[in-house]
Amino acid sequence: MSDAVLRVKDLQTQFQSRAGALKAVNGVSFEVGRGRILGLVGESGSGKSVTGYSILGLIEPPGRIAGGEVLLNGKDLTRLKGEAIRQVRGAQIAMVFQDPMMTLNPVLKIGTQMIAAVRAHDRVSRKAARARARDALAKVGIPSPEERLDAYPHQLSGGMRQRVAIAIALLHSPAVIIADEPTTALDVSIQGQILAEVRRLADETGTAFVWITHDLAVVSSLADDICVMYAGKVVESGPAAEVIASPRHPYTAGLLASVPAEHEPGTKLPQVPGSTPALANLPPGCAFAPRCAKAGPACTTTPPVQTFEDGRTALCHYPIEPVSCQPHSLTSNTYRSAS
Amino acid sequence: MPAALLDVEHVSKRFVKHPNLGERIAGLLGAGPKAETVRAVTNVSLTVAKGEVVGLVGESGCGKSTLGRMIAGIYTPSDGKILFDRAPVAKSQGRRTQKLTTRVQMIHQDPFASLNPRIRIGDTVAEGPVAHGIVKPREADAYVADLLGRVGLDPGYRRRFPHQFSGGQRQRIAIARALAMKPDLLVLDEPVASLDVSIQAQVLNLFMDLRRDLDLTGIFISHDLGVVRHVSDRVAIMYLGRIVEMAPTSELYASPNHPYTRALFESVPRIGVGRKDFRPIAGEIPSPLHPPSGCHFHPRCPFAGPRCKREAPALTAIAPGRSSACHLNTGGTE
Amino acid sequence: MSSSSALPLPAETSWSRVSNFWSDFRQSPVAVAALIVVVVVVLMAVLAPFVTPQDPYNQEALDLFDARLEPGEVGSGGYVHWLGTDAAGRDIFSAILYGLRTSLIVGVMAGTLALVLGTTVGLVAAYYGGRIEALIMRVIDLQLSLPAILLALVLVAMLGQGLMQLVAALVAAQYAYFARTTHGAASAERRKDYIEAALSTPLPARHVLFRHLLPNALPPLIVVATVQVANSIALEATLSFLGLGLPITQPSLGSLISNGFQFLLSGRYWISIYPGIALMLTVVAINLVGDQVRNVLNPRRSR
Ligand SMILES: Nc1ncnc2c1ncn2[C@@H]1O[C@H](COP(=O)(O)OP(=O)(O)OP(=O)(O)O)[C@@H](O)[C@H]1O
Ligand SMILES: Nc1ncnc2c1ncn2[C@@H]1O[C@H](COP(=O)(O)OP(=O)(O)O)[C@@H](O)[C@H]1O
Ligand code: SF4
Ligand code: SF4
Ligand SMILES: [Mg+2]
Ligand SMILES: [Mg+2]
Repeated sequence: MSDAVLRVKDLQTQFQSRAGALKAVNGVSFEVGRGRILGLVGESGSGKSVTGYSILGLIEPPGRIAGGEVLLNGKDLTRLKGEAIRQVRGAQIAMVFQDPMMTLNPVLKIGTQMIAAVRAHDRVSRKAARARARDALAKVGIPSPEERLDAYPHQLSGGMRQRVAIAIALLHSPAVIIADEPTTALDVSIQGQILAEVRRLADETGTAFVWITHDLAVVSSLADDICVMYAGKVVESGPAAEVIASPRHPYTAGLLASVPAEHEPGTKLPQVPGSTPALANLPPGCAFAPRCAKAGPACTTTPPVQTFEDGRTALCHYPIEPVSCQPHSLTSNTYRSAS
Repeated sequence: MPAALLDVEHVSKRFVKHPNLGERIAGLLGAGPKAETVRAVTNVSLTVAKGEVVGLVGESGCGKSTLGRMIAGIYTPSDGKILFDRAPVAKSQGRRTQKLTTRVQMIHQDPFASLNPRIRIGDTVAEGPVAHGIVKPREADAYVADLLGRVGLDPGYRRRFPHQFSGGQRQRIAIARALAMKPDLLVLDEPVASLDVSIQAQVLNLFMDLRRDLDLTGIFISHDLGVVRHVSDRVAIMYLGRIVEMAPTSELYASPNHPYTRALFESVPRIGVGRKDFRPIAGEIPSPLHPPSGCHFHPRCPFAGPRCKREAPALTAIAPGRSSACHLNTGGTE
Repeated sequence: MSSSSALPLPAETSWSRVSNFWSDFRQSPVAVAALIVVVVVVLMAVLAPFVTPQDPYNQEALDLFDARLEPGEVGSGGYVHWLGTDAAGRDIFSAILYGLRTSLIVGVMAGTLALVLGTTVGLVAAYYGGRIEALIMRVIDLQLSLPAILLALVLVAMLGQGLMQLVAALVAAQYAYFARTTHGAASAERRKDYIEAALSTPLPARHVLFRHLLPNALPPLIVVATVQVANSIALEATLSFLGLGLPITQPSLGSLISNGFQFLLSGRYWISIYPGIALMLTVVAINLVGDQVRNVLNPRRSR
C-alpha cells in the first residue's frame, strides 16, 4: 500500500527496570491508509498502549524509543522533539484514551476546553472556534451540541464524555487518530453507538484510525485490517475478514477458537493453556512456544515473518494452512438477529 | 418442578445517598442536594432449582451485582426476602449485615482486589473452613492442597502471595476459597470479565467441570451475552433494577421477546460477521436516581406508546417457563 | 484439568522483599545518612553505661570542683570532658548519652502505646461504622484541633512528675494521630473486595479486623509511628524544659537543655547547646528516615 498515511517501521520501545531493559514494543510494523481502520488487538501487557503512546511521542523516562520509525505522511515523528512534536500532536495526529478524563479537565466547561484546543493550532476568533467545536460535537452524534458546550464533564455520561474526547481529537481533521480501548469501559449499547459513529467518520472524513482493543468482536465488526500483538510483537496481520475467517498464527487461532459464542452451549471450550508471559522472562525463540499446540523443534529460535497472499503476515515457523471453505464459516450458531 | 433451592421474593434494594457536610450546609442555604435514593433493584422475584445455573445479564448499573450481593448475604434487601433452602441468607443487625449461612459463596469480578495481598493463598483458602469447623486446623494443609489441585493449580504454590499469580490463576484461587466452604450455591459476579480472552475459556471450562462434579447451583452474572449463553440454563435480563425478561437460554437466544433484549442482541459486536452496519440502541442509559416513569425502557424503545409512560409493565408469563415485562404482550401500548 | 499451573513463577521470599525495600530506600543519600545517625544515636544510648566516663545518676560521683569546665578540659577524674561539664560537675557527654537513653525510652514507649491505643480506636471506628464511628471520630477531630503540647501540659500538671506520668501524658496527647491515620487507611481498605469476601464467607469479626483490615492499614502507620517517636522526644524535651518533665537527677535531653539555659548568657554555652544539638539531630534524623520509608512504601510508585 503506497497511500499509507501512517507507517510504523520496526518500532522498539523499552522501559528501564531493575530486571534490565523491558522490551515492551519489540519491532512493531504496520501501516494505515486514508479512511481505514486498523484494529490493534492483543491481551493486556502485549504492548498495544505503549505502541500508541510511542507513535505520539508520549513515552516518558524510564521508557524510551530505542529504534524504528513512525512516518506520518512521510515525516518521521520519532525524530521530532519538544515544540515540533507538540505542533504535530493534536493537529495531524491525535489520541483518544480509555478514560476520557485523561483528555478532559474536570473544572472547565466542554466549550472552553474545545475552543482552547482549536486555538492551540489555528489562529481563529473565539466565535469561529466555538462554531468549529459545535460542529465537531455534532459530527460524533451528540444531540443539542450547542448546549453541551456549556456543560461540565461531570454532567455528561461516560459514553457522552468519550464522544467529546473523540470530537476533540477530530477538531483539526487529523490524518490519524489513535484510540486506546475507547469503548472498553462503556456498555454494549453505548459501545455500539460509538463504533457506528467511528465507522461513519472514517468513511466520510477520510481520517485513519488505529483502534486499540482486546475485544476480537469489536475489531471484527469495525476494522478493515488487523494486527495481533503478543509479547511486544505483531504476530499476525492482514485484512480483518480474512484473518478472522482463517487465522494463520496459532495464537490468533487459539484466541478465536476460545470465544464461547462460537460453540454449542455447555461444551468444553478449546483453551489456550498457560498464561501471558512476563516481559522480564520471555522464553527464548518464539514467545508463544510454551503455550503453542503447533510448537516444533525450530520454535526455540526467533520465528521469521512469513508473508502470504493479500498482504497477510504471520510471525511463525509453522503457520496454519488456510482453510479452503469460504469465509465466515464461524458464524453458524451465533444469536439470531432479531427482526 | 423440584423444590427451589433459592427463593428471591419481591426483593428491592434502595441506597440512600446522604449529602456530605458541605452539601448539607449548602442545603441549609437552600442550594444543596437533598438525600437521594438510588433504586438499585426493584421488586425482583426469582427461583433457582438445585443444580441449575441462572445467568443475569444487563448493562452497568442495572443492579446485577446488587442482586448478587443480596443473594450472597452481603446486603440485606430493603423489601422482600431471600430464602436459601427456606431460611434467610442474612439478617441485618443495626447497620451491619450478618450472614446466616456458609452454603452460599460469592466470586468477585476482579481477582486482583478480592484476595488479601498480605495473606498467603493457602491461608486465604483455609481460614473460612477452619473458622467454621469444616476442617480441623491440622488437616487444613492437605485440604487446601486438594482444593488447589482441583482448580488446576500446583498445590506447591500455597505458600505464595497473591501478587505472584496471574489474573487467571488468582481467579482459580478465589474459586478454591469459595469451594472450601462446601457451598451449594455460587454467586459469580462477572468472574471472567477482567481476564484476558485466552484465559476466559480456561476459567469457564473449570466452572463447567466443577458444576458437573460437585452438582453446584449458580447465579452467573455477566454483561457478555456469549459467555452467559454458554454456561447458563436460564437467563434473566435486567434493565434499571428490574428483570425485563426471563427464559430458558436456548429459547431466549433463538427468539428474544422484550424490545430491550432484542435491541441488546442487535448492538453486540460479533466475531465473523465482517464489517457490519451497526444498529445500536438509541439514547443513553437513564440514571437509577431518576428512572423514567412507567416502563423504564420507554425513552429508548422503538415500540413505546402512551401506556408505556403511564404504567410499568409486570413480568408476565408468555410461554411455559418464559416471562417478559412489556405491554406489547398484554394488550398493546396505547 | 488445565495446565496453567505449569507456569514457572519467580519465588518471592520475604528476604527479597527486604532487599527490594533496601534498594529503594538507598536511593536517597540524605535518608541513608539520617539512618546512620539514628543507628548511632540508638547504639550510644543503649551502650551509654559502657562508653561514658561517668554515671550522671550517681550523685556521689559528682565533684563540685569539676563544675562548669570548658569543653576539652581534664577534670578531677583524670579524663577529658570533651563537651565540658555543668554546674553540678556533670560530664556533658555522659549526661547527653544518658539523656538520650531517657528520651528514647520515653519516645518509644509513648509512641508504641499511642500506636496500640490509637490503632484499636481507629480500627473499631472504621469497622463498625455508623454512630460508633461518627462519635469516635468527632472526639478525635476535636482532640486534633488542640495543640498536643497544651494537652500534655495540662495532663502532666494533673498527674504530677515522673516517667510514667510523662509517658501517659504523651500517649493521651498523641494517640489521636494514630487513630485518624488508621481510620483513614482502614476505611479505604474496608471497601475493597477482599474484605467483602471475608465478610461474606463469613469470617468472625475479630478475624476480619485483625487479620485482614489491620495488616493492610499498617504501612502508613509505620510512618506515623516513626514521626511520632520523634515528636514524643521533642514534646518530652519541651515539657522538661518547662520544668514539668523529668528532674535533672534523671536527666533527659530536655532537662539538660533547661539545666544549662541560665548559663547561656554567661558564655557557658556548652551546657545547653550540646544537648540541644543532640536533640535536634535525633529528631531530624528520625523524621528523615520516616519520610523516606513513606516514599518507598507509597503504592503509587511503580516498583
Ligand atoms: N453501596 C452502594 N451505595 C450506593 N449506591 C450503590 C451501592 N451499590 C450499588 N449502588 C448503585 O446501585 C445501582 C446498581 O449497581 P450494581 O453494582 O448492582 O450494578 P451492576 O449491574 O452490577 O453494574 P456493573 O455492570 O457496572 O457491575 C447503581 O446505580 C449503583 O451506583
Ligand atoms: N511506564 C512503564 N514502566 C515500565 N513498564 C511499562 C510502563 N508502561 C508499560 N510498561 C510495560 O510494557 C508492557 C506493555 O504495556 P501496554 O502497552 O500498556 O500493554 P497493553 O497491550 O495492555 O496496552 C507491559 O508489560 C507493561 O508492564
Ligand atoms: S513459531 Fe512455533 S511456537 Fe511460535 S507460534 Fe509458530 S509454531 Fe507456535
Ligand atoms: S412496555 Fe412499552 S416501552 Fe416498555 S419495552 Fe414494551 S413497548 Fe417498549
Ligand atoms: Mg492498554
Ligand atoms: Mg457489577
